[in-house]
Amino acid sequence: MSLVRIPPTLRAETGGAREVPAEGGTVRELLDDLTARFPALNGQLQYANVYVNGEDVRTLDGEDTPVDDDTTVILLPAMAGGV
Amino acid sequence: MPSYRELLNQVKAEIEEIDAAAAAQLLDSDEPPALLDIREQDEVDQGIIPGAVHIPRGFLESRSAATLPDTDRQVVVYCAGGARSAFAAKTLEELGYEHVVSLAGGYTDWKRNGLPTEVPKALGAEQRQRYSRHLLIPEVGEAGQLKLLESRILLIGAGGLGSPSSLYLAAAGVGTLGIVDDDEVDATNLQRQIVHSTDRLGEPKAESAKRTLQALNPDVEVKVYQERLTSENVDRILDEGWDVIVDGADNFPTRYLLNDASVWHKIPVVHGSIFRFEGQVTVFKPFEGPCYRCLFPQPPPPELAPSCAEGGVLGVLPGIIGSLQASEALKLALGIGDSLAGRLLLFDALAGSFSEVKLRRDPDCPVCGEHPTITEYVDYVEFCQGNRAHV
Repeated sequence: MSLVRIPPTLRAETGGAREVPAEGGTVRELLDDLTARFPALNGQLQYANVYVNGEDVRTLDGEDTPVDDDTTVILLPAMAGGV
Repeated sequence: MPSYRELLNQVKAEIEEIDAAAAAQLLDSDEPPALLDIREQDEVDQGIIPGAVHIPRGFLESRSAATLPDTDRQVVVYCAGGARSAFAAKTLEELGYEHVVSLAGGYTDWKRNGLPTEVPKALGAEQRQRYSRHLLIPEVGEAGQLKLLESRILLIGAGGLGSPSSLYLAAAGVGTLGIVDDDEVDATNLQRQIVHSTDRLGEPKAESAKRTLQALNPDVEVKVYQERLTSENVDRILDEGWDVIVDGADNFPTRYLLNDASVWHKIPVVHGSIFRFEGQVTVFKPFEGPCYRCLFPQPPPPELAPSCAEGGVLGVLPGIIGSLQASEALKLALGIGDSLAGRLLLFDALAGSFSEVKLRRDPDCPVCGEHPTITEYVDYVEFCQGNRAHV
C-alpha cells in the first residue's frame, strides 16, 4: 500500500483527504486503484503529472514505473494561481 | 624616532616599486596581477584604474583576505602618489602576499601618462545607508547592489503574489520594476494583497502598487502597464528589455502566453502559484531548464480546471510564495546561488512542510523542444469567464 499525495485542486474528489492509500506494484495499478476508490477522479488524472520519489514518471518508466510501500507518490495537475 | 620622510624611505627600500608604464604592461599581460586601490572612498569616486579592487588603507589588514584570497598572485597596489601604497605593500607582505609591488607616483602619475582611468559607478551616501545590510553580504556587496539598481524585473500581476514580490524587489533596490495588471483594487483583495490599502479601493492595481513601491524606495522606477497580457501586447511589453519576469498571473491563458513569449524572448520566469493552503515555486530558464510546457504541454480542458468559485486562499500563503519568488528573482538578477530551475518547490501551510520534485526539459516540448509544434501565440479561452478570481 502506497500513500499518494492528492493536490489541493483534486481534494473535492477524494472527500478532502490530503493523502490516500492505494494499492499496486506500478504507477498504472496505483492510479487504477485510486480511481476505483474515488470514481470522481476519473478523467482527471491524465492531466496530472505523477512524481515517484520526486522524479516525474515520464522520465522513468511512465505508468510502468514500479512502486512499493516506501514510495512517495505525488500527483500534480497544473495550478493556474487560484485566487 | 624617525621622521615620516625617513620612515617612508626606509619602507620604500624594503619593497618593490614599479612605474606606470611597466604596471600598464603587466596589467595587459596574459596573467595580469591583481590591482588594489587603497585610497579613501572620496578619492576613488573621482576615478580609478580600470579593474582595480578597493580596500581603504585603514581596512587593509582586516579585508585583504576576503578581497584578495590568492596570496600567490602578484598584487599591484596604488594610492594617489605612491607613499601610502608603499606602506600598504609592506603590510601586504607581512600578511603573507608573496609578490607585491607599489605603483610609484600612484594614480596621479598613471593619469598624467595618459593611461586609462574610469569613474567607478558608486552608491551615494544615502544608498550606502539604505542598502547597508546588502553591502555587508559578500555575495551582494557594492557591486551586487549596483547590479540590482541596474536590473529590470517585470511583474505579471499586482495581486496576491505580486504584492510581496514587488515590495521586496523595490525594497532591495531593483532599479526598474514593470507591473502588468488591468484590474482594480477591491475589498476582497485586501485580505492578502498588501501592496494595496483600504484608501485605494477602486484604483487601478498597477497605479496603486506604483504609489506604494515608490513611497518605499524612491530609487525604483515603476513602469505601469494597465493592461491584460494578450497575444497582441506581449511582444511589445517583453521587448522592453527585462532581466527577469515574476509570474503571479491568476489564469491559464496568461500563464501559457507568458511561457511561450518568455521562451521566445529568452527571459527567465520565476513561476509561483497558490491554492488554499498550498503553493508552488520554480524558475523556468529558457533552453537551460524546463519551461512550463515541458511540465504541462497544454492547459487542462476548461471543464476540468478547478472552479474559481471553490478556490480561496489563506491570506499569508501568497506572502510566502511571493517572497520566495522575490528571492529567486534577486538571485537571478545578481547571478548568485542555485536557482530553482529544474526543481519545483511545494509548500503546504497546513502541514508546515516543504517538498520538492525534479523538473526536466522535455525534448518533445511543443515550445522549447527539438521540433517545436507551437510557433505562434495561442489565445486560450478564459476558464472562469465572468467570474474571474483575482490573484
